[in-house]
Amino acid sequence: MVSKMKMTLAALASSVALVGPAAADLSGDLKIFLDTSNPAPRATMEAMIARFAEKHPDLNIETTVIDREAYKTQIRNFLTADTPDVATWYAANRMKPYVDAGLFEDVSDLWAEPEIAENLASTKGAMTIDGKQWGVPYTYYQWGVYYRKDIYEELGLSEPSNWDEFKANCQAIVDSGRACFTIGTKFLWTAGGWFDYLNMRTNGFDFHMDLAAGKVSWEDERVKQTFMNWKELIDMGAFIADHQTYSWQEALPFMVNGEAAGYLMGNFAVAPLREAGLTDDQLDFYQFPAINADVELAEDAPTDTFHIPANASNKEAAREFLRFVVSADEQTEINNGANLGQLPVNAQSAVDDDKFLNEGFAMLSSNSPGGVAQFWDRDAPAEMAKVSMEGFQEFMVKPDELDKILAKLERARGRIYQ
Amino acid sequence: MADTAALQTSVDTRSWFHRNQQSIAPWLFLAPGILFFLVYVIFPVFQSFNLSLYDWDGLGAKEYVGMRNYEDLYWEFVDRDAFYVSLKNNLIWLVLYLLAIPAGLFIALFLNQTVTGIRLYKSLFFFPFVISQVVVGLVFSWFYDPTFGLLNVMLGWVGMGPINVLGNEDLVTYGIIAAGLWPQTAYCMILYLTGLNAVDPEQIEAGRLDGAKGVRMLWHVVLPQLKPATFIAFVVTIIGALRSFDLISIMTQGGPFGSSRVLAYYMFEVALSEYGFRMGYGAAIAVVLFLIMLCFIAYFLWSMYQEEKGR
Repeated sequence: MVSKMKMTLAALASSVALVGPAAADLSGDLKIFLDTSNPAPRATMEAMIARFAEKHPDLNIETTVIDREAYKTQIRNFLTADTPDVATWYAANRMKPYVDAGLFEDVSDLWAEPEIAENLASTKGAMTIDGKQWGVPYTYYQWGVYYRKDIYEELGLSEPSNWDEFKANCQAIVDSGRACFTIGTKFLWTAGGWFDYLNMRTNGFDFHMDLAAGKVSWEDERVKQTFMNWKELIDMGAFIADHQTYSWQEALPFMVNGEAAGYLMGNFAVAPLREAGLTDDQLDFYQFPAINADVELAEDAPTDTFHIPANASNKEAAREFLRFVVSADEQTEINNGANLGQLPVNAQSAVDDDKFLNEGFAMLSSNSPGGVAQFWDRDAPAEMAKVSMEGFQEFMVKPDELDKILAKLERARGRIYQ
Repeated sequence: MADTAALQTSVDTRSWFHRNQQSIAPWLFLAPGILFFLVYVIFPVFQSFNLSLYDWDGLGAKEYVGMRNYEDLYWEFVDRDAFYVSLKNNLIWLVLYLLAIPAGLFIALFLNQTVTGIRLYKSLFFFPFVISQVVVGLVFSWFYDPTFGLLNVMLGWVGMGPINVLGNEDLVTYGIIAAGLWPQTAYCMILYLTGLNAVDPEQIEAGRLDGAKGVRMLWHVVLPQLKPATFIAFVVTIIGALRSFDLISIMTQGGPFGSSRVLAYYMFEVALSEYGFRMGYGAAIAVVLFLIMLCFIAYFLWSMYQEEKGR
C-alpha cells in the first residue's frame, strides 16, 4: 500500500515536472525505429523527429528506418535484444503477441493525462488490451468504395444508399461490359476488406468482432449469409477476372483504364490513382451501403501506432516523444496532404482540405455508429487471419466450394483459439 | 636432473607431433570447417528435432507438446490440407525437375561441336543459370501474366484461349517448375559439357571402327563415360527440387489459396512469415523435409562409397 502510494506520488511528481519548463531537460539517447520506409512517410517522420529534436537540444536522437515488410519480422528480434526507445507498429490484435510476451511498455499513465484522454478517446479501444493501453496512434485512414464518377454518370447511376441499389448499379456496370470492382487478391488481405464490410453490414460490428475473437462458429448460418451476399456479387461478375494473380497495385490499371468502375480500398489508393491520371472529377468515394437495415454501420479504419518497448532504456524521453506525436499541431502537420495524407487521431487537430479526407473524416466521426474496426488481419489473430483470408480468396475463385472452405476455417478455429 | 626430465618430455611431445604430422595436418586444416559445420549445421538440425516437440511463438515460454505438431501434420494430410498439398507438390517437383538432366544432356550434345561462334552459343545457353532466381521468377511471372503476358499473346496466334497459369490451382505448380527448369537445365548442360570434354577420343574411334553410331554410340560408349557428370547432375537436381523455395515465394507466395506450396515454403510460412510464428510446427515440417532428403543423401553417400570401394 505504502509503496503504491509512493509510486503514485513519484508518477505525479514526474508528470508535473514534464509539464513545466523542466521538460526541456530531457537528455541522453533516444533510439527510434520506424517502418515508414516509403519516401513520403519517411520524410514526414524525419521532419517530425527534427522538430522534436529542436525542442530538446540535449537529447541525442538516433532514427532507424526499416523496410516495412522486413520490419514485421525484425520487430521480434529488436524488442528483445538491442531495443529502441520508440517503435512503430499497428493497433488491436496485431500488438497482442508483444503485449502478452511483456515486450511493450504499459502506457496507461499517458492515457490518463487529460490532454490525451480527451482528444484521443476515439482510438482508445484499439490501443487497449487487458484494460491497459500499450501505445499511442499517430494516423488512421478510412476504407470505402472509390469509384469512377464519369462511368457512373455515363450509365446514369448514382451512389448507392442500400444493398439493392448497390447490386442494381453493379448489374448496370456489368451489362456495359465492365467489372463493378477491381481487386487484386494475390497478397490475400484485400479480400479481407470485402469480408469485413460484407460481414459488418450483414451481421453487425459486435458479431464481426466475436467472429474475429473465435467466439462464433464459421459454419454459423449468419456467417453463411455473409458469404451468400458475397456470392451474389461474384456470380454477377462484379469482380475482375484473374484477381488472384494481382497485387492491389497491379489491380489499379483496371480502374484507371475504365475496365472496372470501383475499388473497395483504404484511402492510400487515392494517391496512385491520381498519379495514374484520374482527376477529382473522375474519382469519387462513397460509404459501403447498408445490407441489413437492423445493424448499425461500422467502418474499417486501420490505425498505425507508436510503442515503447519494455526494455527501452530512455522511457522518460520516449513518453515525451509519444506526447509530442499525438499533440494536435503535430497531428495536423504529419497527416496533411503533403505528408501522410491521412486522418489525424487528435480531435483538436485539423483535417487537411482534401475531398477524400473530408468525406472520410465526416463518415468516421458521424456515420459509423456501429463502431470502428481495425482491419481483418489486425482484429483476428495472425494465424486465423492467414487461414481465413486464404479461404476468402478461394471462395472468390470457387464460390461453390463454400461449405468445404467454411469447414476448413472451423477446424482452424478449433485449433487456434484454445 | 629436473632440467633433463623437462627436456625429455618436450623432446617426446615434439617427436610425437613429428611422428604423426602426416595424419594430424589434415585435421588441423579441417578443424575450422568442421567446427563451423557442427555449430551452424549439425547442431541446429538437432535443435530443430527438439523444437518440433514444443509449441512456441518465438517470444514467450516454450510449451512441451510431445508429438502433437506431428499429429496436426498427419490430420492435415488426411484432410488433404496444406501439408498434403505441399508434400504432393514436392513430389511433382522431384519428378519433373529431373527433366533438366536429359534436357541438359541433349543441349550439351548439340553444343559440343566445333563451329564458329560456338562459345557465344554456349554462353547464351548457360546464361539463365547466371541470373538470380529472383529475376527468373519475375520474368516468368510477366510471361504468364493473364492480361499482358507474352504467353497468352503467343497462344492467341494459334487460336488458343487465354490461360492464367499462376492463378490456376491445377497449373500453377507446373508453371513454376517450368520456370525452375530453365536455369537448372543450363546447369546440367554445363556439367555435361565439361564431361564431354573428358570423353576419350580413342574409345569413340574404337566404337566407330566397330560400326557403332548415333544412339548406340551415345548409349554404349559416351554415356558410360559421362557417369560422373550424370551423378553430380542427379544430386544437384534432386537437392534443388527439394529445397525449391525462392521461385514460389516470388511468383505466387504459395497461392492461389496455397495450391503451389512445397514443404520448404510451408515451413517458412508457418514459422517465419508475417502471419506465422508457430516455431514448433515449422520445425516439425522441417524435420519431415529433412527425413525425405536423408533418404536421398543416404543413397548418394552409399553409391559414392561403392564407387570408391570399387577402385
